[in-house]
Amino acid sequence: MAARNPSGLVAYVNARLLDPATGLDAKGALLTNGETVADVGPGLFQGGVPSGIEVVDCKGLCLAPGLVDMRVQLREPGEEHKETLKSAGEAAVAGGVTAMVCLPNTDPVIDDVASVEFVARRARKIGLAKVYPYAAATKNLEGKELSEMGMLAEAGALGFTDGVRAIRSAQLMRRALSYAATFSLMVVQHPEEPSLAEGGLMNEGELATRMGLSGIPAAAEAIMLERDMRLVEITGGRYHAAHVSTAEGIDIIRKAKARGLKVTCDTAPPYFALNELAVGDYRTFAKLSPPLRTESDRVAVVAALRDGTIDAVASDHAPQDQDSKRVPFAAAEFGGVGLETLLPVTLELAHNGHLDLLGALKLITCAPADVLGLAAGRLKVGASADLVLFDPERGWKVEAKKFRSKSKNSPFDDRPVQGMVMRTVVDGRTVYLGDC
Amino acid sequence: MTDARFPHRHLLGIQGLGPVEITQLLDLAEGYVEQNRSNDKRKNLLRGRTVINLFYENSTRTRTSFELAGKRLGADVINMQSAGSSVQKGETLIDTAMTLNAMHLDVLVVRHPDSGAVKLLSEKVNCAVINGGDGSHEHPTQALLDALAIRRHKGKLSGLTVAICGDVRHSRVARSNIYLLNAMGASVRLIGPRTLLPSAVDRMGVEVFHDMRKGLADVDVIMMLRIQNERMSGNFIPSIREYFHFFGLDREKLAIAKPDAVIMHPGPMNRGVEIDSDVADDVERSLIRAQVEMGVAVRMACLDLLTRGLPASEGAA
Repeated sequence: MAARNPSGLVAYVNARLLDPATGLDAKGALLTNGETVADVGPGLFQGGVPSGIEVVDCKGLCLAPGLVDMRVQLREPGEEHKETLKSAGEAAVAGGVTAMVCLPNTDPVIDDVASVEFVARRARKIGLAKVYPYAAATKNLEGKELSEMGMLAEAGALGFTDGVRAIRSAQLMRRALSYAATFSLMVVQHPEEPSLAEGGLMNEGELATRMGLSGIPAAAEAIMLERDMRLVEITGGRYHAAHVSTAEGIDIIRKAKARGLKVTCDTAPPYFALNELAVGDYRTFAKLSPPLRTESDRVAVVAALRDGTIDAVASDHAPQDQDSKRVPFAAAEFGGVGLETLLPVTLELAHNGHLDLLGALKLITCAPADVLGLAAGRLKVGASADLVLFDPERGWKVEAKKFRSKSKNSPFDDRPVQGMVMRTVVDGRTVYLGDC
Repeated sequence: MTDARFPHRHLLGIQGLGPVEITQLLDLAEGYVEQNRSNDKRKNLLRGRTVINLFYENSTRTRTSFELAGKRLGADVINMQSAGSSVQKGETLIDTAMTLNAMHLDVLVVRHPDSGAVKLLSEKVNCAVINGGDGSHEHPTQALLDALAIRRHKGKLSGLTVAICGDVRHSRVARSNIYLLNAMGASVRLIGPRTLLPSAVDRMGVEVFHDMRKGLADVDVIMMLRIQNERMSGNFIPSIREYFHFFGLDREKLAIAKPDAVIMHPGPMNRGVEIDSDVADDVERSLIRAQVEMGVAVRMACLDLLTRGLPASEGAA
């Protein structure tokens, strides 16, 4: 591309510019110069594009900041048969995601500077979506000793978490929050009281009872969040609750925010687009952690996305191979892939009238970037030219077998959705082209 | 009636069966009870058919009952226990299904410790599947044999009050019985300590009691469940002694039920844990032996009905 375009300038014209951070929703154009955004606005190139600039005709489609996915599992190093940084990168850009934050639950665990740098270096070399790691809050995710948070942060860790495991010990969580706050870093919790969740396979209730599966009560989430709120209160720490799934859990966060605690949270598309009925017939692809909840919980999640109690939406991408899912429900691994369905399922919030288009888009662009303290998710002059061009109306059917992700375990397989990615740009380079 | 086909390819559970289908199975089993009592127990209905009993859990009673049922109908019956087999060596359920498909069997009877595992297998094999018990989910032939035993003794199912007592949480027998008895118009009560009753079980169309003295009042049938020691992953009850004191069936508690109330137990019994030997062995009140007899007949009926839907076997042609 550089050879054909020696100026390094690319004009995206005839676009519907969407920038949730500023509320911009207008026809206009955007100019990139090399890796950064050089200009953007409704008035740009009104009189035509000067020669020497490469022109991309957006045909009236939406041009928005590339999506920021604040919770993914990438499986490399250690479980490359499920996903690699490369396959996840391809899945990400096909889904319009230009930045993602991976969990440290790899093998080896991302709990030292070398592993943080390994992930960052590999991802840079692959050159698709940018990858930022969360580092382990405790060494080897064992929940016993704090990791070297300060040095990990210097190496590029965006926050600390034990991934899909809750930080069980209250004492350790207290210290993690205190110590991380020393460096102004956040602790990300999997909010689930482990002893109540132990052995549980799905949401506790009538359906679990009928199916003969042991349940995980909604109270497991509430109890952990209640405890953690008190620890945030005494430490003044910065806390983020991942994939909140219950009405009670949301209530606790809503109250904590009202009290002024430094608390944020996200949820994932399954928790506002599906409920526990999806596991009927023992569908292991809908076996998620936390489990899919009741319809009233789902409605509460939607309401919390509307009123801002839930700050962001993350895909919670959790690749599992066939051998981990094509087994009896009890034996199946938890989790579903989500990078390639993040945009259309989140857009359902707009299509269903719960949020406007900018409001829905905000949850997967500037809002997670703000939670992470990441300069991303905005159409801003001088910022990295990370962009997504999409058609918000175009309908398609999710076909997991066509995913770029190595794993096909989507709880949304066969779902009719609306909103298709047409082009994804990372640092000014087009890294994905859909069938325009 | 006896030549009618069954509208399902598999028997995976009672849930989803209506009173007509249940009655069809029970009526057919009724005939097999008589046949089993005669000197000529063998029929050639399933000649040329292959039945495999695939048991991932130890079982003597159910496996033997299915084996006998298959043999009395003239089928070739093979038992596969998980211990020592390829299953033990780590073969996945789906690989096992592929292996079985290559053997061209007609009926597969499966018992598995995981809820839903039998359904998963049924989606992968090209024969009829009978659920011989999956996890804490369903055990349909047990509910059918219980129903047959009750119907023969009481002359009906509709209008009876049946108390299911004990470890409902881990019991597939309880779930299948709740579905069947509800479908047939009986009222179901569950009695047990709160730790052994699963959450929201009251939404399954049952009345829940935690006191045997209240729950057993005016019941026609008392079904005791086995305390599944092997399934106790935590401390659901403090001690056997305490459990028997409050929830074990003895003369005193039996006296609260109707004078003609009968006692049932799916076996194997833990004498002195959930049931006192004195009442378990009371021939006037106990249907426990009849249950075993009904088991063979019901399983013959299930094999008979499900194979009617299969392409004709060469042996029978």
